[in-house]
Amino acid sequence: MTTATTPTAPVVGAVGTAHTRVEGRDKVTGAARYAAEIPFAELAHGWLVVSTVTRGRIRSIDAAPVLAMPGVLTVLHHGNAQPLETQYTGPMGAPDPTLQIFQHDRVPHAGWPVALVVAETSEQAREAAESLVVEYDLEPHDVAFADGHPGTYVPESTPRAAAERTKGDLAAELDASAVVVDAEYTTPEEHHHPMEPHAATAYWDSGRLEVVDTNQGSIYVAQELAQLFSLDASAVRVRSEHVGGGFGAKGTRAHQVAAAMAATVLHRPVRVVLTRRQMFSLIGYRSPTAQRVRLGADADGRLRALHHQGLNQTSTVYEFVERSADVARAMYDADAHHTVNRVVRLDVPSPTYMRAPGEAPGSFALECALDELAERCGVDPIVLRARNEPAVGPVSGLPYSSRKLLDCFEVGAGRFGWAERDPRPGLRRDGRWLLGTGTAAASFPTLAGPSTAAVTAEADGTFTVRITAADVGTGARTALTLVAADALEVSPDRVTVRIGDSDFGQAMLAGGSAGTRSWSWAVTLAAHDLREQLALGGHVPPEGITARSDTTAAIGALPPRERHAYGAQFAEVAVDVTTGEVRVRRMLGVFAAGRIVNPLTARNQFVGGMIWGLSMALHEEAVRDGATGTHVAPDLAGYHVAANADVPLVEADWVDDPDDEDPVGIKGIGEVGIVGAAAAIANAVWHATGVRHRHLPIRPDRVLAPWDEALPRPSEDRD
Amino acid sequence: MAPSTAGAITLTINGEKHTLPVDNRTTLLDALRERLGLTGTKKGCDQGQCGACTVLLEGRRVVSCLQLAVAAEGREVTTIEGVADGDRLHPVQQAFLDLDGYQCGYCTPGQICSAIAAIEEHAAGWPSAVTTDVRPEAGVAPLTPEEIRERMSGNLCRCGAYVSIVQAVARAAEETAQNTSGANEMNVAGAA
Repeated sequence: MTTATTPTAPVVGAVGTAHTRVEGRDKVTGAARYAAEIPFAELAHGWLVVSTVTRGRIRSIDAAPVLAMPGVLTVLHHGNAQPLETQYTGPMGAPDPTLQIFQHDRVPHAGWPVALVVAETSEQAREAAESLVVEYDLEPHDVAFADGHPGTYVPESTPRAAAERTKGDLAAELDASAVVVDAEYTTPEEHHHPMEPHAATAYWDSGRLEVVDTNQGSIYVAQELAQLFSLDASAVRVRSEHVGGGFGAKGTRAHQVAAAMAATVLHRPVRVVLTRRQMFSLIGYRSPTAQRVRLGADADGRLRALHHQGLNQTSTVYEFVERSADVARAMYDADAHHTVNRVVRLDVPSPTYMRAPGEAPGSFALECALDELAERCGVDPIVLRARNEPAVGPVSGLPYSSRKLLDCFEVGAGRFGWAERDPRPGLRRDGRWLLGTGTAAASFPTLAGPSTAAVTAEADGTFTVRITAADVGTGARTALTLVAADALEVSPDRVTVRIGDSDFGQAMLAGGSAGTRSWSWAVTLAAHDLREQLALGGHVPPEGITARSDTTAAIGALPPRERHAYGAQFAEVAVDVTTGEVRVRRMLGVFAAGRIVNPLTARNQFVGGMIWGLSMALHEEAVRDGATGTHVAPDLAGYHVAANADVPLVEADWVDDPDDEDPVGIKGIGEVGIVGAAAAIANAVWHATGVRHRHLPIRPDRVLAPWDEALPRPSEDRD
Repeated sequence: MAPSTAGAITLTINGEKHTLPVDNRTTLLDALRERLGLTGTKKGCDQGQCGACTVLLEGRRVVSCLQLAVAAEGREVTTIEGVADGDRLHPVQQAFLDLDGYQCGYCTPGQICSAIAAIEEHAAGWPSAVTTDVRPEAGVAPLTPEEIRERMSGNLCRCGAYVSIVQAVARAAEETAQNTSGANEMNVAGAA
């Protein structure tokens, strides 16, 4: 919130007005340089060699023939690599041992880094890497993820995240329920696949390790590298100006570590770029999930019992919990409420955060189960949700900062034409297509991370903002320009925002839908401080006047609340009775997600999240071969992400929902767009066909199977 | 005598001739990015599946990661750096900028090059997989959103900016049609 203290007419109103991206011209002309595109003299190219086996030990690495190949400079592996620090608490907590490359001969999963070949050119490095003979002693592996796996366990709770929450007597409430839905849902292994592959160039400059990278938080990468290489935090600088997508995958990964190792050995800049195939095993992914949801309700749909149980896989070296069951804790109350996230360790790569971690797969199960309950109770799905709208956090008992879920449903239902919907399934035809519509709720926590910012009044009357933010395509650079302009009460063209440099200090990463909120908070505080300094009068010296902020105290002082963004998702699908193909004909999402800083980029981001939901519902599925433990067809042909022709007109809008505690009113929009989208599509497929599809993706063979097996196939010759 | 693994080639890129030594294994994409500093063309998958590396070769869109540089010897290449008219953006670039036809921007140069060619292909009467009437006498079907989606499906956008990409291509196609109305000369090689 800005306060008008300047005597001249203040310029405000940048926030909330559509602005094209400040770096947009660079992006449409190809001038914007991404991580692998910054030129360096004496640059050497590193190519990772990853294990072709799933579990075992490296028996031998025959480096000599490769070292004799043209241009090859070195081969790094566990026999010659420098030791790395392995015992530390990093910015993301306990380190994933996947980062501790070349430290031992054990192979815990397929695609594990076993060597780095460095050569003068990328062609030489690639051929040498592909020529390197690595022999392994094989050990048996287990990559079969399934509910009921004997290795399943409930992970230890952390102070911020309980694995299990229980309220009331679940068995008694289920017994007392007039209607019970008990269903199992699965989601497959899914991959981020930002269009820009991970790439880092590392070099030493005057005793500092410099890394030019593509990441979601340069200070986080710098701190992690400092720990791994036992360096002072100030001895590592990481920069990441343009980032070609992240979605949770662009943190510290093997490529930065490998580049830094090689730069140390060779005393020259070394660039390591991951191949698309390597990205399947080295950057994390969304674990497959197996979920069970039990809902017990009175005849009118009021919930008495809610049980949501999640299971995900993790690697044998690192525990990652996909918190699928958490979404129920914020969304719906019941007299008995039991949520638990469970894990099983397999011989697979470590999964990680991927767009709406927990909520994306969790909402698929929970929101489909709600739709099943609505059907069984004969209640409209939106009415059912309204009947179960909690006054306070169902498990926490805390008040909501704001909860405009029903406003989203009201606006969305009106625009989508929900009132005209006949709830009965399998009735609507358009030639060979069965038509249906579905809805689902969305939510994602509203978070904020401590951040620092510096705002400088330059002698020429312009302003420069410095903050270790990351623009991964969210439009953060533009949003911060608008936020700073309003806070300074100047027009945006007088503000330059510099981001993506760990030397700018501590700041939240671009994740958890908390980037723009966290950074805007810091920028606003610094800008207000600067205006107070400027109000004292006097000349601005040549070096400018700089004000700095740190939001640690302000964020720490936030009272306990249930803080979330919400949304209502709507989808219309057509299902081909001949081929089983599902086509989405339209989607609408209406969100309550705080103040919208830039409507142009925000709408795009909401829609992008919804398209992720479409892609999750119908297309994405990484298949692992049990015999070898490796992926089947790990490329963008074998792993289909929604292409243009898969995507109809997708519309997103929002209701007014400024966050009272945030100085700009922001909540966060990056994740909520995907949440519930897959459920809305699955519910629409049921409405079209009369068949519940509880396993993603809803492939043609899955659509056809029940028609082939049990049910009479809808006739193909009607209309 | 050992077989040669390198050679010198001459490429005409954005109207300018470049003679450069290349490793025979070098793709056109890597020649542009690593040898000529033309990093506007992006490497997304390096195996012809994402479209980020799309350039115009003799006016036709190709994925430059599947072209060896030596195979482009003597041919004309247009990259994202060469589509604007000086400071004046190409209508497709301007539409992507105005309508936010991107998010992270990494697939964008490929999308724009692909869109430029797609608009020309459509105007030249080339049908797509969703064109319903492909008889020559049917004429050029309207460039509907469905046609744009189909014709642009070789370019993946993981951010999911497809809706605004379709709007941007539609606007640019309209502008292009207005600017060239009356003169139906196409630059697309083989369009006839």
